[in-house]
This record gives sequence, C-alpha cells and structure tokens, in this order.
Amino acid sequence: MSSHFELFGLAPAFAVDAAALDRAYREIQSRVHPDRFAHAGDAERRASMQWTTRVNEAYRTLKSPVQRAKHLLEMNGVDVAFETNTQMPPDFLVRQLELREALAEARAPEALERLQDEVRSERQLLERGIEDLIDARRDFAGAAGEVRKLMFLEKLAAEIDLAFDKVE
Amino acid sequence: MALLQISEPGQSAAPHQHRLAVGIDLGTTNSLVATVRSGSTTVLPDEQGRALLPSIVRYLANGRVEVGYPAQARQAEDPKNSIASVKRFMGRGLKDVGHAENMAYDFADAPGMVQLRTAAGVKSPVEVSAEILKVLRQRAELSLGGDLAGAVITVPAYFDDAQRQATKDAAQLAGLNVLRLLNEPTAAAIAYGMENASEGVYAVFDLGGGTYDISILRLSKGVFEVVATNGDSLLGGDDFDQRVFCWIVEEAKLPPLNARDMRLLLVKSREAKEYLTTHAEARITARLSGGEVVDVTLGMEKFCQITQTLVHKTLGPMRKALRDAGLGVEDVKGVVMVGGATRMPQIQRAVGEFFRRDPLNNLDPDKVVALGAAMQANVLAGNKPAGGDWLLLDVIPLSLGIETMGGLAEKVIPRNSTIPVARAQEFTTFKDGQTGMSFHVVQGERELVSDCRSLARFELKGIPPMAAGAARIRVTFQVDADGLLSVAAKEATTGVESSVVVKPSYGLADADVERMLRDSFEHAKDDMHTRALHEARVDAARLIEAVRGALAADRALLSAEEQAAIERQVAALTAVAAGNEHRAIRQASDALNRATEEFAGRRMDAGVKRALAGRQIASLDL
Repeated sequence: MSSHFELFGLAPAFAVDAAALDRAYREIQSRVHPDRFAHAGDAERRASMQWTTRVNEAYRTLKSPVQRAKHLLEMNGVDVAFETNTQMPPDFLVRQLELREALAEARAPEALERLQDEVRSERQLLERGIEDLIDARRDFAGAAGEVRKLMFLEKLAAEIDLAFDKVE
Repeated sequence: MALLQISEPGQSAAPHQHRLAVGIDLGTTNSLVATVRSGSTTVLPDEQGRALLPSIVRYLANGRVEVGYPAQARQAEDPKNSIASVKRFMGRGLKDVGHAENMAYDFADAPGMVQLRTAAGVKSPVEVSAEILKVLRQRAELSLGGDLAGAVITVPAYFDDAQRQATKDAAQLAGLNVLRLLNEPTAAAIAYGMENASEGVYAVFDLGGGTYDISILRLSKGVFEVVATNGDSLLGGDDFDQRVFCWIVEEAKLPPLNARDMRLLLVKSREAKEYLTTHAEARITARLSGGEVVDVTLGMEKFCQITQTLVHKTLGPMRKALRDAGLGVEDVKGVVMVGGATRMPQIQRAVGEFFRRDPLNNLDPDKVVALGAAMQANVLAGNKPAGGDWLLLDVIPLSLGIETMGGLAEKVIPRNSTIPVARAQEFTTFKDGQTGMSFHVVQGERELVSDCRSLARFELKGIPPMAAGAARIRVTFQVDADGLLSVAAKEATTGVESSVVVKPSYGLADADVERMLRDSFEHAKDDMHTRALHEARVDAARLIEAVRGALAADRALLSAEEQAAIERQVAALTAVAAGNEHRAIRQASDALNRATEEFAGRRMDAGVKRALAGRQIASLDL
C-alpha cells in the first residue's frame, strides 16, 4: 500500500468524504493500536507501533488540505518546491503584506479572531480552486502554484495563533 | 454448522483467567488504586477502609519509611523529612520549583532533577514516588490475592517527557509493570463516558493538588478521541494553600517562621480552604513553636480575592485548547470536573461562566481518575471488558522541537498530534569524516530554545566517515502511546544505524535507576536475584501465552516449517524458565521474540486487510 488513499480504501482525489475517512481510520486503528497489544509479545508491539504510526501519519496528511494536495501532486510527479520556488503573483504578495501588517497592529484577541476568519475564507477559496485543478482538470502543475499560496497562508495562520499569547 | 470464532490480532482465542490489573492515580495530594473485579470498577481501600492514600513520605534516620496517614500526622513535627506533593518535583529542576523558600525542605543543589536531603540520605523525587507506588502495589496484591499483571498509571496531560519518564522510572522502582501512562483527563473521560454512555464533545477540567489540565475530547461509540489539551503543570490546590498561608502571615503580623511553624500553618491553610467550600468563614488557630498563638478568621470573600489571579490562570489554557480544537464553547456538550480543588466555589463559578453551562459534578472528583485508569488497565491486560473494546486516541500536549542555529526551536512534532506519532528529519555532516552529531531536543511552543523545556541531548555515534555534506542522516523522532520520545538515526546512503546516547536534562540515566533498585533491595531486605528471576519468569510466561494465542488465531499465515521453528523456541523458553538462571530466561525470551517478528508483521498486515475488506463490503450497501 503505497499511497495514504490506498491505506484507507479511498479514491485519490482532493475532495474526500470526511466521514468515510474517519470511519476507515477508526476501523484500522482499532486493529493495530498499541492498546490492543499491551499484553502481547515484543514483536507484535513493535509491529503495532509501526502500523499505528503510519496510520496516524496518513490520517493527518489526508485531513490537512495542504498535505493532501502535496501528497496528490507527489503521486503525479509534481514537487510543490515551496522552499525553492519563491515566485508569487504580485497581487497575492500585496494581500499577504496587508494581512501581516494587520497582524502586527493587532492589540486584542478580537482583532486576531477577525484576522483568523479572513484567512480562513481565503484558504477555503484556494481549496476550491485546487479541487477544480486537481480533480476536474488534472492540471497538477497549475495546482502546485495554488498549493504554494495555501502554504503561505498556513504559515500566517500559525503566526496569528502565536500572537494570541501576546495579546491575551 | 459450527460457529467459527474469528478473533482479533492480539487477542487469544483460548480462554484465559482474568488477569489482575489495576489503575493507579499518583496524585499530588492523594493517591489511589482501583481495579475492575467481576465486571464492576472499585477503588481498593486500606485495612481501615480508607480509599485515599496521602501522598506523603517520611524518612526516618533508622532507614524506615512511613507512607500516607502516619507520615501526614507527624509532618509538622518533622517537616524536612516528610515529603509532601513530591509530584511537583518530578522531572523538574530546582529553579522550576515555585516558592522553594516556603517549603521547608532541604533541597540539594544539583544539575538536573531536584534532590531532597533527608534523614535517610539524599532522595530523588523518583524514589519518593516509588515508596507511594509500593504501598499501593502491596495493597492491591493483598486485596486481589496475587501478583499484578500490570498497572496503568495516570499523569497530568500537560506533563512533559521528563515528568513522564520520571513517573515510569518510579513505577519500575516500585516493581510495577506499566501497561500505559494515561493522561488524567482522558482517564476521567473514560470513567465518565462509560458511566453515562455519553456521545459528543466534552471538556474535562482537572485541577489537582499541583497540576492543571484542560482537555477537549470527542466521545463516540467505542472511541475516546482527545482533540486538544492544554494546562499548567505548576498550578493546583497547593497554590491556593500558599495564598492563604501568606494571608495568615500578613494578617497575624508574624515574624519569619521556622520550618515546623511553616508546615503547621500550611496544613492549617489547607484545612481552611477545604472548610470554606461549605462555610462562609473559617477560623484558623495555631500555637507556634515559640508559644505565640495565631487566631485569625478568613471569610469567603477575602479567600476569593486573594486567589483571584490563580483562578484567572485557568482561563488562558481553556481558550487555547478550544482554539486548537477549532471549537467554540457552544460546541461543548458538558464540562466534567476532576480533582479535589474543583470543589472550590470560585472554580465552579469560573468554569460555569466560561462554558456558559453548569459543570458536571456527578462523579467523585477524587476517584474518577483512578476508576478510569482501572478500566483501561482491564482492557490493556487482555481481559475482555463487559461493554466491548474501546479505542483511546490521545495526543502529545507540547510540541517537540530541535535546537537550530541561533538558539531557535524548530518544531518537529506539533502539539496535539495524535500519538503514537513519528517524524523524520534529514541532517548532513559539517566536516569531512565526521562520525558523530548531537541534537538538543526541547518541548514547548515558543520560538526560542531558552523559552522551552530542555528535554535531552541525543548523541549520534557511528556515522560512516564521508565527505562533508555527503552523509544523509535520517533521524526519526518517535512518540509512543505513553507520550515518551525515542530517537533513532540511520545514515541513508549506507543504511548504517547510528547509536543514540540519550542524556536527559531532568531525568535519570539508566545507571541511576539501577543503583536505586540495588539500594531499595538493601533496605527492603529483598534479594535482587530472586526478584530478577521472578520478573524474568513472569515476562516469559506472558510471552509464551501471547505466542500460543497468536498461533491459535493465525496459524494459517505460517508454513509448516515456520510453525515448527516457533514451537521449538516456545519449548526452549518453557524449559529454561523452569530453571534458576534469569539471564538465560531473558535470552530465550529474546530468541522467541526474534523468531516471531515476521509472524507478528504478517498478523498485523492481515488484520489491516481484514479491516479494509470488511469496510468495502459494508460500502456496497450504499
């Protein structure tokens, strides 16, 4: 079983049936989880650890839109190249600067929550675009650029999260 | 037509006796042991019918140790040797201990975990905790009439790796086989969920003597999933006692106090705090060692005022946990209160206001953790529970990171990742022919290493010498189901595994644990050889039973020769286990483990394929 999708018996696509994924995750975990092998031999406990770790990693990947997209692109031979490909469309960069300025100026949790909502809407918009590119048009190279944007936003979201500590 | 019994991997198809397993709540203030017996879960009391064991250990000069009520009764007379709330020192350095000057202990200044100088010598918090665990183990073995197959020991969800490892070391010293370190809020959620057959998102607010956890869980049929957890491992009921103590000193205008008077007034402070739960005011009277009489009265309003900042400290973690969970207070179906300190009216009020609903208090906040731990112990020991198996999905509470250039902490495993979890990172060498490398692993959310908890330094040795930058060292960080980190390293181009030497920042090295084991034997007049033999035999018996069960369930996965090879190892181990050489038993056990490695892998694969096949059939119904 080479792809995370195969592990859960799902067709590889950006759009996933969240309920089906959760069900598959729980069923497999209930077979391989260390809790089932706490009283078993060392060999089984080791195998259990390997499997359960793998299952957790696959689940985490498929639950995250960015990770899921990256995984699909990798399966189709396209590297997102986040570190090396730093070219971004100018309008996107301008928007990022605006958001970061707003973050720097935020003094209260409410301001940060508003910022979080804005970032969330933009991420959802990007995700819909990525779904269209990958699932409908099979344009993996095109999708790579959109995934890079999504990763940018994810970094910003992490910084907003850290900022709460400073304002609370 | 005969019914085919389809068994799950890891479960014996052959009937077996009920294995004796217990849940232990090793609390800051009180400890308990509980078990599942004839389908019902109960806390095991002492000979006088008391369920709680005060977590106080007193060391006497003659080498005797008192644990629990006797130690508690005389703590004010002998404060330096009566160690209370030792949980606050587990995996902590001296600078981590708040109010050290108010504690009247004789701290030994040493790097790493704090140590205490007592009449019986310098003691590590691990040794002190082991004394408490020993009493509980003996209580359980007496009450249940046999050796324990294992114990689930609870820890605060917000405990870091060092604190968890210290707890596991204490259990080893006490002669317990740890089935699992279980997070206290999760244990409470099990007890609550099983009791009420609840489904939905629940919060567990756990304020104990010294630690505070807030966990958000999703309960569904047969699954307990921790979504997010947060807390403060240095906040608890003890801090409320401290505030009352400071108020008494101010109110009565007392001069600097000696150790005995400090301890006496701390005890009185605790009593006043507990009294105020059900009364409007508490009168505090005490006669100090110099003869002065203290007589002050603390009203509820004043008590709330002096403890307001402590109550406020519980709010930040609640907000963070909800944010991490991606949920609002309206999504939470109920808040379960755990820990004696949640009885305080101002805590009940603050939690009720935050979640906009009345907190749930229907389970005894002192016992719920031990009961949940006992239920989990019952499952992990292999006894089939009456209601069917459940799945416990817990998380790591704090991000794990590595120190990189400029003292920055680069996160490798983010907080609230479901455990077990593994992440790999690749590194390369800096100099030609470099054969070693070291990493500093920290735990925490901040960007600077200096703001995080130092966990350990991992030293890699045995990297094949190559040109600088040519080596590709893949370092895998693995967090197991106990929340404990282990590190493995492999050079990817040659496949050579580097050896990893762990230098814990606040923990015990293996040599320390061995020394403590030897010391404890001298005092208990136990024979180390006898104990090692006993443990080797018990482990061998467990292994043989597990292998027999596996063969009974999945014999079809093996060829005739493979089966025969395994049976030979089983026979060899059975023979050696009847003898007296514990090392030989260990070696034969290792041989059997190696012989069943391949078989274990096949069983797991088969189990996973069964899970997927079963689902695909189910989806055809759509």
